[in-house]
Amino acid sequence: MYVNPRLEQRVVQSILWLFTAITVFILFYIIFFILKNGLPVLNYQFLTTNPTDMGKSGGIYSTIIGTIALTIGAILIATPLGVGTAIYLTEYTLESKITRVIRFGSECLAGIPSIIFGLFGFILFVTKLKFGWSILSGSLTLAFMILPTIIRTSEEALKSVPYNLREVSFSLGGTKWQTVTKVVLPSALPGIVTGVILSVGRSISETAAVIFTAGSALRIPTSIFSSSRTMAVHFYILAREGISMPNAYGTAAVLIIAILIINITAYRLMHKFMKKYS
Amino acid sequence: MTTLERNEKLIQLALLMIALSAISILAIITLFIFKEGMPIMFKYGVNKFLFGLDWYPTEQSFGLLPMIIGSLAVTAGSLIIGIPFGLACAIFLTEFSSLRLRQIIKPIIELLAGIPSVVYGFMGVIILVPFIREHLGGSGLSVLAASIILGIMILPTIISISIDSLQAVPRSYREGSIALGATKWQTTKMVTLPSAKSGIIASIILGMGRAIGETMAVIMIAGNAVSIPHSVLDPVRTLTSNIALEMGYASGEHRQALFATGVILFIIIMILNTIANATAAKQRTK
Repeated sequence: MYVNPRLEQRVVQSILWLFTAITVFILFYIIFFILKNGLPVLNYQFLTTNPTDMGKSGGIYSTIIGTIALTIGAILIATPLGVGTAIYLTEYTLESKITRVIRFGSECLAGIPSIIFGLFGFILFVTKLKFGWSILSGSLTLAFMILPTIIRTSEEALKSVPYNLREVSFSLGGTKWQTVTKVVLPSALPGIVTGVILSVGRSISETAAVIFTAGSALRIPTSIFSSSRTMAVHFYILAREGISMPNAYGTAAVLIIAILIINITAYRLMHKFMKKYS
Repeated sequence: MTTLERNEKLIQLALLMIALSAISILAIITLFIFKEGMPIMFKYGVNKFLFGLDWYPTEQSFGLLPMIIGSLAVTAGSLIIGIPFGLACAIFLTEFSSLRLRQIIKPIIELLAGIPSVVYGFMGVIILVPFIREHLGGSGLSVLAASIILGIMILPTIISISIDSLQAVPRSYREGSIALGATKWQTTKMVTLPSAKSGIIASIILGMGRAIGETMAVIMIAGNAVSIPHSVLDPVRTLTSNIALEMGYASGEHRQALFATGVILFIIIMILNTIANATAAKQRTK
């Protein structure tokens, strides 16, 4: 059967266009749907009062604090490890067996499902090390989960710093470490920060790894050994157990707004950074 | 050796230690999951776990076959949705759209990846499940619902990696084809897509890994019944849901059986990742 190539091209192009439009529409619809139902619930009081009656009434204050605490913990643990790894890979070594092993570890870690991280965190941190369901256990588990993201984005950021900046530093008598800390890191900072911001987004939206390590207590955490419920876990429990639909929508709206802000900030930073060096 | 030189050596050593953290963490995770999950598999027989049909964990009956089939079913379903949409987007954005449109749409699609999985599950419960119940029958909590939601969830993975591999095809390939009088679509079909094949396959395998590993969204919409599904409208339980549903209250051998579920999941994911990395590496060396 002969089909006119021009006609075929037109038809295919329309189909591709349609599929792309549907994909974009789905995204907008999800955001629109959550905000439409969630925004009416949102007000100052919802954000600043604690949940009461298992979340049936009251706000989500303690879950916001829980989310922030867990995320900060995870970032504090994962950033030094991730950036350090990236520095080693880009500045201190050439491609070798060791770098291949390091990359393999990072790539495999990135592919592990969050429920496996949850199982692991539960058995090691909660049970074996006796941290219990706590912010500490949750942060450590999340840190392991976001480590590959930070390694990859930092590595890309460091690589995109032009080599002649380093040469100038060396020619002035700077050592490798001086060059890294005074020249390369400052130039790569926006790129590294982008990776960290994206990891914040992942930590905030995570449920499976958090629910078995940080628990789901509704009190405001008082120390790193307190159990704490994050917004994502709170939303999951509210929706799944049908405790309160309005509060579930409200929590989801806060989550979605946070994710939007995080992603847009990260994207803009990255864009600016890329422009500078290309 | 001066102090400065010694410091440099120390710093390099410290950085190497840090750099080994990812692989060490991977090793520790593997060790713990296997240490907790393997003994019970050997105690009752690996075959019983892999091919047993009954899951009554409190009565020493640990058949995981329904869950293995469940995971495979929703993953296959998600690929049926995810591959056409994902590839269509990737091809449209690299080959047919203007640069401006691409710069707007690509970050928007990447935003899809940032939406929490519980929100996807929730959208499934609120919109998709009632729709299936009313128009197609059954409870709505089904393989079909899970496949559609997972299909959407893996789109960003498939799209962004496919775009990267399509963009990596040298311009001269396309120009050569266009110069021979081929249309844009003929060029895409016969030149660009075959050259980007391994990258695209890697993107699909990684998407598959995401679908198999997804937990919370699936729990909310798949129905979680422990039985082998006979139609796409039947409820199903996946390996991941099995762990998450029962972890909260399991103890003793029941808990170990959940770790055994984790072991099987872990092995499947590792195989997929290895294949994906190997195919992606093939494209890079090309």
